[in-house]
Amino acid sequence: MLMAVNEDGLNRREPLVLGIESSCDETGVGIVRGRKLLANVIASSMDEHARYGGVVPEVAARAHLEAMAPTIREAVTTAGIELDDIDAVAVANGPGLAGALMVGVGAAKALALALDKPIFAVNHLVGHVGADVLSPEGQLAYPQVALLVSGGHTSLLLVRDLTSDVELLGETVDDAAGEAFDKVARILGLPYPGGPQIDRAAADGDPKAIRFPRGLSQPKDMDAHRYDFSFSGLKTAVARWVEVRRDAGEPVPLADVAASFREAVVDVLVSKAIAACTDLGVPRLLLGGGVTANARLREVAAERCGAAGIELRVPEFSLCTDNGAMIAALGAELIMAGAAPSPLSFGADSTLPATEICVS
Amino acid sequence: MLLAIDTSAGTSVATLWSASSSAGDSEGGAAAGGGSAEASSTNPMAHAEVIGELIAEVLGASGLDASAVTGVVAGVGPGPFTGLRVGLAAASAFALGRQVALLPVVSHDAIALAALDEASGPLLVVTDARRKELYWSIYSGLNAHGLPERVAGPSLSKPDDLPPEWNGTPVTRWDAAEVSAGLLARIAQRMLDAGLEFEPFEPLYLRSPDVTMPGAVKRVNS
Repeated sequence: MLMAVNEDGLNRREPLVLGIESSCDETGVGIVRGRKLLANVIASSMDEHARYGGVVPEVAARAHLEAMAPTIREAVTTAGIELDDIDAVAVANGPGLAGALMVGVGAAKALALALDKPIFAVNHLVGHVGADVLSPEGQLAYPQVALLVSGGHTSLLLVRDLTSDVELLGETVDDAAGEAFDKVARILGLPYPGGPQIDRAAADGDPKAIRFPRGLSQPKDMDAHRYDFSFSGLKTAVARWVEVRRDAGEPVPLADVAASFREAVVDVLVSKAIAACTDLGVPRLLLGGGVTANARLREVAAERCGAAGIELRVPEFSLCTDNGAMIAALGAELIMAGAAPSPLSFGADSTLPATEICVS
Repeated sequence: MLLAIDTSAGTSVATLWSASSSAGDSEGGAAAGGGSAEASSTNPMAHAEVIGELIAEVLGASGLDASAVTGVVAGVGPGPFTGLRVGLAAASAFALGRQVALLPVVSHDAIALAALDEASGPLLVVTDARRKELYWSIYSGLNAHGLPERVAGPSLSKPDDLPPEWNGTPVTRWDAAEVSAGLLARIAQRMLDAGLEFEPFEPLYLRSPDVTMPGAVKRVNS
């Protein structure tokens, strides 16, 4: 078989890449061959965090160490390959929880050395965008606006090229959207994680029952924070509203509060993403991150994108939540684009900017 | 050839090989006569940064490549969480990559192996656990296999609460700021030679994660 092997010996045509993700509470190992997904195995420590009402970094990091080798082993079995077959290792080195990221970085470096393969340290956020190349409908078109929403991130990116040109348009200035769901769930007496709980409670509620504030959406915010998000004030507004009812001895209409809160979050997320598409003349929006599990977010995004003539892409959920396949996919894209491997000296960077796609 | 990794205090990586273990793998070079190579970093904040280069360095110094590694020795601590995990993640991934045995050894044993050359037991090995606490283990001496005989610990204590004696005999305190992966590899080799069981692959954090249970929801209206 004719292979496009670069002079550095790296298979740059359809590289077989193993990707490791450990930025939060999911230990993810994925294997891709070029743009073909072979395995996407995820071990989550979410249940261990539930009783604390949020992800505890040390608990997450301990769970990563326990899960790492078994998850790699399972991914290799699922992919039907031998570890020795891989062309390169990719690892997310940020942004995320430092102690958690370091488990992935340590494992990835040693695995690459054991197999004598190059390593690519890639950006977790850009990885979320990279997940879309694994979608059956084909590859990303550029430029692309990407809205990444999870328990740790709320970011709006302009992607001119996945492997070389990503711009951060805006991000949350306080809580991530998923975090706001967790906090409001707690106010309402619902368990962690809050997203699915609020979604369930909101099912029969009226999203227009209470007009909760839309953060950073006033005309005065449009200069400095046009594409930024804020959910802290919204959370406080919900707490205030609920408290007043409880103080007055009135029942709290759970379904209406949940539906109205969810509507406020979704409205801001979609409005700002569509504004970015319209302002920049980019008719393509990609959603990523765990909050895309929220049915109302997907529904509103589909409605408004349809009305604005914007093509909406949402990778399947197992590729939207944190996973290793997206890291492997970004690694493979970098290799196919001719990128050089990362030097072995990179570390974990908890605040890695979205503009830094790969450590070179 | 054994590869040993310890990140319980700084980062230490070593290889240990014998003439026989490398036979057929090498046409000379450093490996031909057997020996060891060790590299380390004392930076307490850069375990993830240095681990790869240090492994590459000791493999290079051995004159053998990764495929010559027959077992990976992992120092399981005790040690501060974040750094300790980097070495354990690396050790387990390397062993998995080469499909060789993972050989867990208590990190204090390596300190005791060196110390027992100079001091006689009972020996109290002490390392920094941060937060004004110390990790300690007590060793009675070297056993017939040349292995440090741990009789108490590893444990975690306030400085004032360290045990002053063992079995009625005052202990000799031995403070250490580093753990040698080379000595860890020697311990593992002696255990292999004697056919002894290794420790379970479990990090010795000796502390629970810092967590606070969520309290009641705070009031927002005055």
